[in-house]
Amino acid sequence: MNLEPILQVKDLNYIYSAGTPFEHKALENVSFTLNRGEFVGVIGHTGSGKSTLMQQLNGLLKPTSGQVILDGVDIWSDKKITRQARFRVGLVFQYPEYQLFEETVYKDIAFGPKNMGLSAEEIDRRVREAAGFVGITERQLQASPFDLSGGQKRRVAIAGVIAMEPEVLILDEPTAGLDPIGRAEILSNIESYRKAKNATIMMVSHSMEDVARMTDRLLVLYGSHLAMDAPPAEVFTHAQELVDMGLNIPQVTQIFLHLKQMGLDVDNVYTIEQAVSILSRLKEGKVHA
Amino acid sequence: MLKDITLGQFFPGKSPIHRMDPRTKLILTVVYIVTLFLATNWFSYGLMMAFLVLCIKISTIPPKSIVRGMKPLVFILVFTAILNLFYSDGGVELVRIGSLAITTEGLKRAFFMIWRILMLISGTFLLTYTTSPISLTDGLESLMNPLKKLHVPVHELAMMMSIALRFIPTLIEETDKIMNAQKARGADFETGSIIDRAKALVPVLVPLFISAFRRADELATAMECRCYQGGEGRTKMKLLRFSRVDIRAFEVCTCLVAGVVTLAAFGL
Amino acid sequence: MEENMKDIISAQKLAFRYQGLDGAPDVVVFENLNLSIKEGSFTAVLGTNGCGKSTLAKHFNSILLPSGGKVYVCGLDTSDPDRLMAVRRNVGMVFQNPDNQIVANVVEEDVAFGPENLGVASPEIRRRVDVALKQVGMYEYREHAPHLLSGGQKQRIAIAGVIAMEPRCIVLDEPTAMLDPQGRKDVMDTVKRLNQEKGITVILITHHMDEAAQADRVVVLNKGTVAADGTPREVFSQVKLLHQIGLAAPDSVELCWELNQQGFDLPLTMLNPKECAQALCDWLKA
Repeated sequence: MNLEPILQVKDLNYIYSAGTPFEHKALENVSFTLNRGEFVGVIGHTGSGKSTLMQQLNGLLKPTSGQVILDGVDIWSDKKITRQARFRVGLVFQYPEYQLFEETVYKDIAFGPKNMGLSAEEIDRRVREAAGFVGITERQLQASPFDLSGGQKRRVAIAGVIAMEPEVLILDEPTAGLDPIGRAEILSNIESYRKAKNATIMMVSHSMEDVARMTDRLLVLYGSHLAMDAPPAEVFTHAQELVDMGLNIPQVTQIFLHLKQMGLDVDNVYTIEQAVSILSRLKEGKVHA
Repeated sequence: MLKDITLGQFFPGKSPIHRMDPRTKLILTVVYIVTLFLATNWFSYGLMMAFLVLCIKISTIPPKSIVRGMKPLVFILVFTAILNLFYSDGGVELVRIGSLAITTEGLKRAFFMIWRILMLISGTFLLTYTTSPISLTDGLESLMNPLKKLHVPVHELAMMMSIALRFIPTLIEETDKIMNAQKARGADFETGSIIDRAKALVPVLVPLFISAFRRADELATAMECRCYQGGEGRTKMKLLRFSRVDIRAFEVCTCLVAGVVTLAAFGL
Repeated sequence: MEENMKDIISAQKLAFRYQGLDGAPDVVVFENLNLSIKEGSFTAVLGTNGCGKSTLAKHFNSILLPSGGKVYVCGLDTSDPDRLMAVRRNVGMVFQNPDNQIVANVVEEDVAFGPENLGVASPEIRRRVDVALKQVGMYEYREHAPHLLSGGQKQRIAIAGVIAMEPRCIVLDEPTAMLDPQGRKDVMDTVKRLNQEKGITVILITHHMDEAAQADRVVVLNKGTVAADGTPREVFSQVKLLHQIGLAAPDSVELCWELNQQGFDLPLTMLNPKECAQALCDWLKA
């Protein structure tokens, strides 16, 4: 893959309530680069700095020191650029359905594009396209967002950010509280947006299965530091370290670690598809031999 | 940030003032305020001041935090001082600006008025700093109990107050979250005319209200599940009981009131 | 009749419908649901969003009343208004959002809320509150403000608030949906301990398959009916059925099932990674 950096974070530090007795370092010397079209996962225990990091990337929070560079320009170099960063880096918070407020789904999705000052036709195009990505029908667009089911509301809220057509889309636990079908739908919506726009996705998640399946790369935050930055296959080889950081590893990975202990020569695996192909090859190799 | 606002801040502790029954503290705070208005001169003010300093000392509350609490009131203080400074007659004229004159009497009045307000506020701070909101509510409920005979819903009011106190931090946090979420969609709360800014709040207020109603609904169900049926037949884990400290406190305050009244009677 | 004595909760021919708003047709949730829960058991109820799980839970302590059929709790008819308090005292509820069920702004005061409503004497409330807080491992936090605690801690406070009423049964409606992995584990450990050590009947509504796998019995609800009912091994081996409903089995079962789709023949009863690895190892060597 041809890697083209879009968002660079350099020596980022952030201190909450600096200068008061409640002073608290939320991020320390965090550096990494996100490339165009990449799907990056962020994992870390509660309080590891994940939420703070997200809010740094679109300029909601200003770093105490360090830089956030979007497409080669520091997002804090100019007021206009900071505002631009809000639109170019889309942020979907946890339980985003609680931010819906308009009378109709259409108007709610249009809120972001309207704030960008786009023309009416462009807003209309974006709303319809965003609705398409998340599977909201024409009829639902005219409905009140409050009449939809929980999973649908969540998708409308995500569409509201997608409609700004951000080059980087950051999502904080987009699947929290949904059933397996709802989870799968949201993940495939996100994936289809990434493919269509060559957008960068950064997804914070507690579900190791989800990040294992979806992402090209994982950032592991621990105690306000960036502890690991590597592809899932590599991150999940550090099973014990992850457990010590209060994180899980996918069940399939655990099974394969047990198999290794039982003396089988198997690679590290983190999705069911990989596991099936390795196991069936092993079994068949044996049958033929 | 919104989170930094402190409302009725409580400093946990084990001082005699902390251990006092909330009813004692409520009654004595009222007595203290009334006495402040009886005080009229240097001697009685001095006596009140000595009492206040003693109480703060006993409470182990850092005086700094009381001073910090005064900050938002600076405007009111300055305003009161100016009013008293210019609108008092009598005494020797010191400065004259047009029709407004500053006299020695005005200076004296302004000084006493500020002193009085500062003592009044410090006294009430002492109450809220040393009493947890819940025991304050308990104390109020208990003191207002006789009003039940007049069909005043005392228990319900107290319950409402304590639930409000419980949910203030939650709703503040929620407001912060929604504001951030809308900012991420390009909402702008900082620029534009007053009307623009008021309009900009709609995307925050609508979700906030909806969420508050949802919370209220869920909380009501949860309370019902825990057998809540109003105040009837309800008991309390912590019973309010007057102890030695309370008796001492009443004694000291009686002396204080007697002192101030005597001084006033002698016109001192 | 003998058998019935051991049932702490039983729904018999339960029917329930929500009234449609503005002349819309009623929403039928249950038409004829039969389900019994044994005293002392740990039952997980699984189902997709909107399958009626929460509605069912609300029938177990008279928050909702059947439109048809009956629900009995400890032998009491939940629709009998005179037995309302007796029913609620015996069946405690814990909900999804920890913030919306904590009433007081001091942990111990919140735990005391239930017993206070029941009119328990002060010293006894104190004792119950201390016991309940120790059982959920939150005793050191008794004087803290709940809003400063983590989600998992708040949820354990909510559980303490329920067990201070000394119920025979606890119904938890997706208690871990809003928690992080550590919080989920703490809540699950607490619930299991209460079931095993105190013999409290537990009904856990969840979408997490790994949590359901820890129960003695799993009931799968689909469109208001019981689609599967049995031990976790029995239920999770019906992978095809689960997929049709929109659920999934734990990944260890899913893995074996995928292999079987390739023409192999693995058992579908391995619920944890170790068992699964052992079975795979034996299978590869065979």
